[in-house]
Amino acid sequence: MRHHLILRVVTKLLVGAIILFAFYVQFHGDYSPGGGFQAGVIMAVAFILYGIVFGLRKVQAVFPTWMVHRLMALGVLVYAGTGIVSMLFGFDYLDYGAFSPEHPSHGQHTGILAVEAGVGITVTGVMIAIYYAFAGRPPRISDEEW
Amino acid sequence: MSWEFFIGHLNYWLFTVLMMTGLFIVVAKGNLVKKIVGLNIFQTAVFMFYISLGKITGGTAPIFPAHGDIDPNVIYSNPLPHVLILTAIVVGIATTSLGLALILRIREEFDTIEEDELLGIEFAMVQDENRAHGQSMGGRA
Amino acid sequence: MIETLINLVLFTMLVATAIAVVTIRRLFAMVMLSGVFSLLSALLFVTLDAVDVAFTEAAVGAGISTVLMLATLALTSRTEKQSSRSIVLPLTVVTITGAAIIYGTLDMPNFGDANAPAQLGVAAQYMENSPHDIDVPNVVTAILASYRGYDTLGETAVVFTAGAGVLVLISGLQGRRRREDEEDEDPEVNS
Repeated sequence: MRHHLILRVVTKLLVGAIILFAFYVQFHGDYSPGGGFQAGVIMAVAFILYGIVFGLRKVQAVFPTWMVHRLMALGVLVYAGTGIVSMLFGFDYLDYGAFSPEHPSHGQHTGILAVEAGVGITVTGVMIAIYYAFAGRPPRISDEEW
Repeated sequence: MSWEFFIGHLNYWLFTVLMMTGLFIVVAKGNLVKKIVGLNIFQTAVFMFYISLGKITGGTAPIFPAHGDIDPNVIYSNPLPHVLILTAIVVGIATTSLGLALILRIREEFDTIEEDELLGIEFAMVQDENRAHGQSMGGRA
Repeated sequence: MIETLINLVLFTMLVATAIAVVTIRRLFAMVMLSGVFSLLSALLFVTLDAVDVAFTEAAVGAGISTVLMLATLALTSRTEKQSSRSIVLPLTVVTITGAAIIYGTLDMPNFGDANAPAQLGVAAQYMENSPHDIDVPNVVTAILASYRGYDTLGETAVVFTAGAGVLVLISGLQGRRRREDEEDEDPEVNS
């Protein structure tokens, strides 16, 4: 991809905007279409785009494989952990009323934010990990034969 | 069958046509990657069918206005099918990625991803096994 | 009227794309067509008022799925082999299944009916109680994360399992196979 100058310049400009958009979608899931899954996929797409244009080694220098694998598990832990925290406050598992006992509907916001963050983290990790696994194999068909 | 019945059910039948196209690809075509694409088409058609169950004529997306009161005259479409299909889409991408990983490994082991050639290779393998170990295993494998 | 026209146009394009996927033999073009199919279905979801679903379908179907299939193509093959099988049996299976499904839809309520059973059950309760219980404007997120939170926990676990499965299948095997090949060579050298 060394000779695709336009692609490289445009990708460098776009990647930041894509990551910002992913955060926007994540935190505005309460007010507009969005939420954890969409945000996770968009965030992963930013890194995958960088990897496609600049090469797997460069993106793995920014976001190493071990970190991606840890993220995969971290999201599930955050989600399940929110439920455990509710239980520690004396409520049922995943009962968001635990986060503001005096005003039940305010705790919902906190709870939903926490679980959507967990979902977003896991989806990001899984998508990037799958891309790393597929792209890490040596290609059988060279670029010229495409 | 009245005109209203026909118009009211046409969307279900059209989505069934899409579903059957996807199913045809899975059953008739031999290339494994094409089968996965056919499966995706089938899945997406099922999602469209399901979402169309929740649509209310004259309705809008089930998102309340952020500030201010909720207008009681506005009709909102049913949000429950949307939630179920969100989960289904994510599970669909999970199975697709696992299927593609399996195709990669099949290619590395057998050097082909065409179903006919794979069946031929497997048949030859089973015949070799029978010839080599058939008696000791108590008959044909 | 306009809405019906848009739906009809979208649906025609969807069917044309699906038929093209059936007949095309160059796999690169077929993967691109599947991305087009996902995008068109996302548009159809918007006309059906399912904006969250459209968002997810566009991101997942037209984005991730296309990239993964292209990565698979780069590692496998570029064209489909000419098939010598007859299409009579698949056509029969498909026709019978389609007829059975259409027979099943004859009992269903009309499209867009506000009094259908699906709109009157739990969903109506969710719509009524959500502003008071949860106070989140996006009802789909409210149901997904709060009313049906357990299901979403299971779904996150499914995504994690898929990632773990792919890693078990693919990642890191090259190093193992290279070491196994070296071990296979050594006994030959020694003997």
